[in-house]
Parts: sequence; C-alpha cells; structure tokens
Amino acid sequence: MPAETIQDAISAVYEAESRRVLATLIRLLGDFDAAEEALHDAFRAALEQWPRDGVPANPRAWLVSAGRFKAIDARRRRSRFDSLEDAPGGGAVGVVDAHAWADPESVDDDRLRLIFTCCHPALAPDAQVALTLREVCGLRTEEIAQAFLTPAPTLAQRIVRAKGKIRDARIPYQVPEPSELPMRLDAVLRVIYLVFNEGYSASAGDSITRTDLSSEAIRLGRLVVELLHEAEAIGLLALMLLHDSRRDARTSPAGELIVLEEQDRSRWNREFIREGAALVRRALSSARFGPYTIQAAIAAVHADAPSADATDWAEIAGLYDVLLAMSPSPVVELNRAVAVAMRDGYDAGLKLVDDILARGDLADYRLAHAARADLCRRLGRISEARESYHRALTMTRQEPERRFLQRRLSELGGGA
Amino acid sequence: MKYLCLVYLERAKWNAVADRECANCGDTLRTRGALLAAEPLHPVETATTVRVRHGRTVVTDGPFAETKEQLAGFYLIDAVDLNEAIQIASRIPPAREGSIEVRPVRELDTSENIPA
Repeated sequence: MPAETIQDAISAVYEAESRRVLATLIRLLGDFDAAEEALHDAFRAALEQWPRDGVPANPRAWLVSAGRFKAIDARRRRSRFDSLEDAPGGGAVGVVDAHAWADPESVDDDRLRLIFTCCHPALAPDAQVALTLREVCGLRTEEIAQAFLTPAPTLAQRIVRAKGKIRDARIPYQVPEPSELPMRLDAVLRVIYLVFNEGYSASAGDSITRTDLSSEAIRLGRLVVELLHEAEAIGLLALMLLHDSRRDARTSPAGELIVLEEQDRSRWNREFIREGAALVRRALSSARFGPYTIQAAIAAVHADAPSADATDWAEIAGLYDVLLAMSPSPVVELNRAVAVAMRDGYDAGLKLVDDILARGDLADYRLAHAARADLCRRLGRISEARESYHRALTMTRQEPERRFLQRRLSELGGGA
Repeated sequence: MKYLCLVYLERAKWNAVADRECANCGDTLRTRGALLAAEPLHPVETATTVRVRHGRTVVTDGPFAETKEQLAGFYLIDAVDLNEAIQIASRIPPAREGSIEVRPVRELDTSENIPA
C-alpha cells in the first residue's frame, strides 16, 4: 500500500476506534492518564509498523494489545528506579481476563463504563461535562475550553482534579447496578443535554465550534441509545434531533434570531425530523419514558405542522399537562401557558403567565417577561408589551436574543 | 479501601436521631466487616484547639466556625470503592437530618527516597 493510503487508513482507524481503545485501556490499566499515554504509544507503534506489515485484520485488538504492552513496559521501566515493593499497580494489570478485550460485548461495556464514570455524581457537574467531552468524545482540552468560553488552564485543571478524584476516592469503572441505573442514567442524559444546549442556544463565541457541540451531543446520545436501549435515552436523542432539525431556519444569514412561528419550515431538516419522530414513537411505546420523551413529542408536533397557525396546539397543551405532572416546574408551566394561549386565546394565556409571575417564581426569568411581552403585543396592549420587553432586555445576556427583543420593541412604534 | 464518613448536623438536630438507631447501624456494618470504628461527638462548645508554635503549645477554646452544620461523629468504614462507600453512607441514620462527608483515607508514604 502506498504511504498516503496507509496514513489515511490509520487516520480512519483513529477516528473510528480510538475512543473504544481508550475505554478498554482504562479498564485494563486502571488509570486514565496511563491509558491515554498507552493509546498514544499504540498509535505511534501503528505508524511505524503498519506501513511495513500492513493494517492488521483487527486493528482495535492490535491497538489495545500494543497499548497495554507499552504501558506494562513503561511501568516496569519506572519500577526499576523505584523502591522494591513499589511497582505501582503492577500486580493489578494482567489479572483481567486477557481475552476480554477482544469480546465485542465487553468492549461495548467499556464504553458504557467510561460514560458512567465520567458522569459520576461524585464529580462536579462542570467536570462531568469536561471529562465526557475529553474522554468519551476525544475533544482536545483547548476545543472544549473554546466551546465553553472558559480559559484552557481552568478547564485543564478541572479535568486533572476530576481524574485525581476518580483515582484517589476510587470511583469504580463500572456500569451501575440495575437498581441504580435510572438515577445514574439521568446524570448521563443531563450531561448530554447540557452539551447539546450549550451548542444549540449559544450566541456568544465562535458559532461553528458551538454547532460542533450539538453534533457531539447527538453522537453521544446515539452511543447511549445503541448501548442501553433505555426509553429516556431514546427520548433525549429524539428531542435533540428534532430541535437540531430547525438549526438552519432559526437564524437569518445576518445571525438574527428567527422565532419558531416565523421560520421558513422548508428549511427544516426532514431527515432529522423523520428519525426523531420515529424515535419518539419508539420511546412512547415503552412504559418507561419520562420528561425528555414528552418534550420530544412536543417538538414532533411542531415538526409535523405546516405552519404555526396550523399547529395542533391542543395536542401540545395536553402534552405540557403530562410533562407538568411528571416534572413540575414554573418553566414548564410557562411553556404550557404559551400553548394554552395558542389554543384558547391570548387572554387565557396571559392570565396564566401573570399568575406565574405574581407568584414570583420566574420574576427574574427573561423568557417569562418575553412571553408576557409577546402576548400583550398580540392583544394590542402596547404599553404593557413595551414594559415587559424592557424588563426582558435587562435580563438577557445573549446577543441575538437582545437584538430580537430590541427589534420587537421598535416594531411596536412610539420609540424604545 | 478505607473511607472516613464524617457526620455533620445542625446544633438543633443533634439529638434528632436516636442513639439506639445509630448503634444498630454500627452493629449491622460491624457484622458485615465493613466498620472499623465509629463514635459520636459532643457538640463543638466542648472543643479545644491545640497548636504548637515556636515550640510552645497554644491552647484555645473552640473552634467556632460560622458554619451551620458541625461535626457530630464519624464512621471509619471499609468499602471496595466509592460506590459502596456512598451506599453505606446513605444508610447512616443522620444522613436524613444532616449530611455525611465521605473522604477516602490516604496511606502514609513512609518509603525512604533513595537518591538515584
């Protein structure tokens, strides 16, 4: 094979297999840093040997085996300089079934182990996110830092601290017991959804990098669905796909925010909608679905509608009732109020929004004031609308959102 | 692996959990071989702080930190990993009233460093 073809083959193997290989090496070596180093060494060995010997029949097994060998070798070399009994962890390596890594099922388990370890509740939430993107998705620390608008050293520190805790407090490299699975899966799904939203609702920073975060989250969602078949994981994947289907339609070429009602629906990604809707049906058919699935079902109703007016608002309001019963929150109530406004009339919706605001729960929530402003605008209550737009503006930190509210405000006339 | 489970309680809840219940919890853990030691503490008003500075022992009343919860007792447990430690900690009765801080115990490094 010519050299470039081999290089391409190795790059392709890296792309497809490096995270799997890493997940298995962490299990075999019992240490994140040693596994990363071993992964690196294994690919360096591949770059040397594959051009000469050809790409092995099972590249993943070759890489795991090479990485493991290199790591044991490195430990041996180090232990020669250390005191006698201090061959760190040397005894632990090798006690694992030597063939386990070749078994596709246990390799899949390794990927799940990695996900659940990175999203362990004993780690700080921002560390869970950083570690998942770093270890499961293979993003570089600088990329994650850029995407989250965090200085790279801060992010690197976060990852180092999390790995230190995994090691010192001995967070096990395990898929949780069935009895703990629902709670632990919640944590994993929360991390994935947070990554998705960071990419989706982002407005500051390099928009391209942040779009990548949404794709990364969808990829993670697919991985969890593939490995676990849990209804809520399916629901979350559906939700992300259905939201992402509107990506191109929700901003103008100039970067202005376009609300759902005004989007050009021909620009929605039909492929994502088809896949998302099918996933919603699959999740709903199981008895174990939860809030993500209901939110996905709501998104599917929108996706199905030819226009905002022709949307089945009764269905959406009904789904919000279910969601509210499942996970009561003032934000869900607010969304329900908007659906009720579309179903029963703006007056009815405004009354609900005012009730929520009067309780004080969402007094500092920009979208509550924006929703009130919008309903007042539709009802022709201009001065109230203006007041609520102003209030929402004082709470908005996202630039496109600010411009959107400003535009609405100036459309009301009479000066801002 | 050893973990120290530190029990924190607000002063008002010092006696919210019956001693009998805590003793039972300790007995259950001891039977399983998971308990190395466990003791309840008197409230922080009874605490004395000792420091040695410039060779002199300095004794003060307290500490009286501004925190709401104070150390009320401890369980030194033996668990395979953090997951098991968390499971055990969640069954320590005052977890309902206050909080349990789970800290992995570190080995003292007594190896002599031989210069290479």
